[in-house]
Amino acid sequence: MSFARFLRTVQLGLKSLLLHKLRSGLTMLGIVFGVFSVIAMLAIGEGASAQAQKQIVALGATNIIVRSIKPIEGSSSAANQGGTPRYGLLRSDYRRLTHTIPTIINALPIRELPREARHLKRTLNGRLVGCTASYLEVNHLNVISGRFITDADQENLANVVVLAFDVAHELFPIEEPIGKTVQIDTVFYSVVGVTAERTPSAGIGGSLTAQDFNKDLYIPINTFRARIGDEVRTPKQGGMDSEHVELNQITLSVRDVKDVMITSDIIRDTLQRFHAEKDFAVVVPLELLKQADQLRQIFNVVLGSIAAISLIVGGIGIMNIMLATVTERTREIGIRRALGAKQRDITEQFLTETIVLSGSGGVVGILLGLATPLAFQLVRWFTMNFILDGGGAMSETSRMFSEMSPTVALWSLPLAFGISVGIGVIFGLYPARAAARLDPIEALRHE
Amino acid sequence: MKPAAQVFDLQKHYDLGPIVVKALRGVTLEFPSGDFVAIMGASGSGKSTLLNLLGGLDRPTHGRYILGGVDVSQMNDVELSEIRNQMLGFIFQAYNLIPQYTVLENIALPLQYRRGYPPITTADEDRCLELARKVGLGDRLDHRPFQLSGGQQQRVAVARALVNDPQIILADEPTGNLDSATSNEIMEMLTALNREGRTIVMVTHEPDIAEYARRQIVMRDGVVARETVSGMADHGAPFH
Repeated sequence: MSFARFLRTVQLGLKSLLLHKLRSGLTMLGIVFGVFSVIAMLAIGEGASAQAQKQIVALGATNIIVRSIKPIEGSSSAANQGGTPRYGLLRSDYRRLTHTIPTIINALPIRELPREARHLKRTLNGRLVGCTASYLEVNHLNVISGRFITDADQENLANVVVLAFDVAHELFPIEEPIGKTVQIDTVFYSVVGVTAERTPSAGIGGSLTAQDFNKDLYIPINTFRARIGDEVRTPKQGGMDSEHVELNQITLSVRDVKDVMITSDIIRDTLQRFHAEKDFAVVVPLELLKQADQLRQIFNVVLGSIAAISLIVGGIGIMNIMLATVTERTREIGIRRALGAKQRDITEQFLTETIVLSGSGGVVGILLGLATPLAFQLVRWFTMNFILDGGGAMSETSRMFSEMSPTVALWSLPLAFGISVGIGVIFGLYPARAAARLDPIEALRHE
Repeated sequence: MKPAAQVFDLQKHYDLGPIVVKALRGVTLEFPSGDFVAIMGASGSGKSTLLNLLGGLDRPTHGRYILGGVDVSQMNDVELSEIRNQMLGFIFQAYNLIPQYTVLENIALPLQYRRGYPPITTADEDRCLELARKVGLGDRLDHRPFQLSGGQQQRVAVARALVNDPQIILADEPTGNLDSATSNEIMEMLTALNREGRTIVMVTHEPDIAEYARRQIVMRDGVVARETVSGMADHGAPFH
């Protein structure tokens, strides 16, 4: 079929379809939604993995994070009988890990507590983080003014604090914070630096909650131990709640991404030997990819089903309409056959018409698909506000859902168009063949 | 002169399971070039079957059909389609125009299916225009069939039948849907075409319409019962 003839046939198809605009429009709907779902599915998948990649970079692909977790209530051990519950990573664990595993090149112990910080009359509920100088490097954080905690501060148990961007802004809206003091509990710390603004990171698999670095106050971990201690009491209804934790987190860096998995296994084995209870978790940022895959799989199943069902139902709808059209235009077919159209010409005519119909549906679907990111925002807003009742305890998946942004993959557009054309061919072939096989004499006699 | 078409012992049987209907039981006819023949007969006499065979819309069960020197009786569907497209022109009782097409597009319709699908040239367009003018519709080129009267629609059909310069024009009750005044107009047009040398075979059941033809053939029970030549008495013998 020459190109000119192809164009002519397409033109012919368009003409017949425009003759019944409403009918053609309704018939296209199934394909429109099917194609839209295909594009949305791929866009969300793309968005999920892009987000995961970003998070991995933020958390450090070569990092392994070991967190203390509170054992499940009731699974008490001898150490916890009666007194303050003790759990979590120990300073001895830190030394053991850093001294025995050769692939580890950097290690960062962290102790953290929610605390109220005060400067004059301004207060702020922040997170007090006891850490070392490595913190900057491990977390890819930058200092925008002053300096970060140094090894000398550790040795001197210096009462110094480095404020995160938001903290500095809230406690010192107009004045320069460096050199001023911040009060935490009963102790005054002098501000030595301010860190740059940073996007919050996502949590991983339930053991590492998402972190908002912008409410942090960093002090030397030795100072933390000296001023606050391991045992912490917090008032609660009807008494005090107390717990004894040495370290909340140890972030370990390895030299090469290849070493991450094996090193994390070794860490797990080493710690298990000294912890009777499961009061720690080893988290690998690389696992975010798995999590993204999970999210993507959920969307793939949901949207994939919608796409498949829409496309099949749409295809059946198209087939139905084309069969009706063939019956309706039986006489036209007879006329064309009498004037010299071969069976193939009739097949081509009706097949082209079907493809024009499904292809137009595809184009509309693609246009809708391009609006996926917008539609996604709307769905998310709705879900967050009316279904998940935002702010409450969210699963990590739903948190990821709340933070990702779908990106339409360019290659998905020709794919989606191809699918819509394919549907036209598959579901148009039978009606077109039925039209071509009509007996010309019978067709001419048709009323 | 070579005859435009000849049929020898043409038979057409329809196998309806328990019975076989013999619609044509052996028809031998010759249509010289430039002839104008009217085929008459009651319904069921086989005249429509004969026209369908002459029109290449069907194949005979037995016998031969020579069209323009070519035996077309055993051709397959593709070959027959090409024969219809290149050697035959059709005029139907119900006009049979394509409703979504304009007058000009309807006239050009057979050109869509020419062998090898050559693109439509300006020469083709000029020919369609000329034919439209010839049938008196030069001012209605962009009208659609529903905007035209029955007589006008049939004139479009006549122009369409001429566009491929056919060997034979086959007309199936061309005036069946028209009033007598319009019928006469159409018949005058066909007569004029015949005078230009066109071969016309027409099926009709109206004797006064059949009178326009030079020859009248009456069918009965699947065979030629009688043949007359206009203006002459029935001499009961084939006309030569």
